[in-house]
Amino acid sequence: MATATMTAGTAALEPSGPRPKKLTADRVGLYVFLVIAAAFFLLPMYVMIVTSLKPMSEIRLGNIFSLPEAWTIEPWLQAWNSACTGLNCGGIKVGFWNSIRILVPSVIISIFIGALTGYALSLWRARGSNLLFAVLLLGAFLPYQVFIYPLVRIYSSVGIYGTMAGIVVTHTIFGLPLMTLLFRNYYASLPIELFKAARVDGGGFWAIFFRLMLPMSTPIIIVAVILQVTGIWNDFLFGVVFAGRENLPMTVQLNNIVNSTQGEKLYNVNMAATILTALVPLVVYFVSGRWFVRGIAAGAVKG
Amino acid sequence: MATVSIRNLEIDFGTVQVLKTLNLEIGEGEFIVLLGPSGCGKSTLLNAVAGLLDVTAGQIWIGGKNVTWEEPKDRGIGMVFQSYALYPRMSVRGNLSFGLKMARTPHQEIEKRVAKASKILQIEPLLDRKPAELSGGQRQRVAIGRALVRDVDVFLFDEPLSNLDAKLRTELRVEIKRLHHELGSTMIYVTHDQIEALTLADRIAVMNGGVIQQLASPKEIYRRPVNRFVAGFVGSPSMNFVDGTLKMDADGAGFVLSDGTRLSLAGYEFSGTPKDGQAATLGIRPEQVDLVKTSEDATVLPIHLTMLEPMGADSLVWGHVSGTQFSVRIDGEDHVTTPATIDAFFSPSQSSIFDKASGARL
Repeated sequence: MATATMTAGTAALEPSGPRPKKLTADRVGLYVFLVIAAAFFLLPMYVMIVTSLKPMSEIRLGNIFSLPEAWTIEPWLQAWNSACTGLNCGGIKVGFWNSIRILVPSVIISIFIGALTGYALSLWRARGSNLLFAVLLLGAFLPYQVFIYPLVRIYSSVGIYGTMAGIVVTHTIFGLPLMTLLFRNYYASLPIELFKAARVDGGGFWAIFFRLMLPMSTPIIIVAVILQVTGIWNDFLFGVVFAGRENLPMTVQLNNIVNSTQGEKLYNVNMAATILTALVPLVVYFVSGRWFVRGIAAGAVKG
Repeated sequence: MATVSIRNLEIDFGTVQVLKTLNLEIGEGEFIVLLGPSGCGKSTLLNAVAGLLDVTAGQIWIGGKNVTWEEPKDRGIGMVFQSYALYPRMSVRGNLSFGLKMARTPHQEIEKRVAKASKILQIEPLLDRKPAELSGGQRQRVAIGRALVRDVDVFLFDEPLSNLDAKLRTELRVEIKRLHHELGSTMIYVTHDQIEALTLADRIAVMNGGVIQQLASPKEIYRRPVNRFVAGFVGSPSMNFVDGTLKMDADGAGFVLSDGTRLSLAGYEFSGTPKDGQAATLGIRPEQVDLVKTSEDATVLPIHLTMLEPMGADSLVWGHVSGTQFSVRIDGEDHVTTPATIDAFFSPSQSSIFDKASGARL
């Protein structure tokens, strides 16, 4: 009897099946840190959302963390439809559509040109292509404020200053270093035999690009779209300088709404307008978090 | 069908000279294998023939035409790569017809040729699949088919079977040989696998250090290697080498081992007149040694056996000759006791003797 109990006891200790999960002290510490960090970043977001859903009378009480007593979506409608910048009271929707009209051509053109230069630099390796690439990369590290005045002069002399074309060209130029880097590294990571096979098969520069390389580029195009959409949407400086009065993007208009000082500051409307402006990058980020991280990593490896 | 002629070809990568004044004449319908260790320049040579690399000096002629400056597509070549290099987003049919579409071949002609090539390679049921849905062997068939549809004169193979498992490799090797018989095209085949080289080639070019060491039939390369590198590279398990000195005296040619044993070289055909006392290396393949005396003119070789390695059909006996590691291949059914010191026998006419300093065959 005693021996039977002993063997049963050792059998229970015998490792078998899945390893038991233990909650160790360092795990607990890690989670505490992560929760605090998340709260730190989410708190402003929380304040913005509750404020945007309160009437002004509640906001004046100063309890910024309290939930609204009388819920209202009126500030959101006002921000979208009728918020005023100076004398124009068209709401932030004017800026939204301007931003869309800037965004779509800028993203498409900058990615297309970036893919093309990346392809040419990685696979065709013309003489001096490495030098050209180095110069292009240098462009990514220069502060772009130094380009603004020369660009203004160039644009006004060719007649595109303050037009839609002007702002699209600007975004394309400044997107080029990063886009080229992204696509060059992606194409350099593909097996070179693929390119050789296509050349033996008689593919030329354009045929190989359109029929072979572009169809294979889906993952990196997604990354490029994420980077360019967030980058161009969040742009303020180029918009205010180059877009012209008719085409001011959402970010610039938001600034004008928030900073308009006539009468009482409508915090709830300002908060709603800000969230609306931040919504596009936010949606892009939530829909594509996995790709977003890959995009950040993609530029880092294989130079 | 076309001849390929490589004349005084040189290729440099920066300051590194990869190919040194290389000459190679390949006849119509010939199957040439470029064999050598990695980094010997065999793939570089193949890429130069394909037009994928710029040459530093020299000329490449295909079918009597100087193609040194021609684009790959204008050379009448098809190429098969180690990594298959199938276009991943196209179906098998798309892969096969890509080259023809690039050449603006009429639609009906494309269909006819794709049907013919897929019949030869038995890939008809796979035509609408993507490369990712194929096995390794199927992928390589498609890659061969891609060269086949274009009706090329010269096929270039860049280690096509290296990515396949042993069984598939044997199958496709036979298939490539069959294809060569059927098509009669000129084929240049790069490999580091000597079995592939010996089974497929009409002639093998053994390369090392950017130089063709020996260009000859597989039999010749195996029987009469021109230098020590070729002797050591071709053959598995590799040839045994024993150092010693040549002794020319009243008894005829002899080979004196470091421990003083004199081996008779009666029957060996020297290519020149050997010098008495010259330092040399004796090369004997494992299967050229017998543990029992089979012929009268065989030379006695004292050997100390240490270990038996059974390999199925035959066994390998490891041991020492005059302090140098030595292996003997015997029938798998035979048995020897180890360790033991016995007299083995070899016939000098089958062996090879190399100059110790230069490695050249004597």
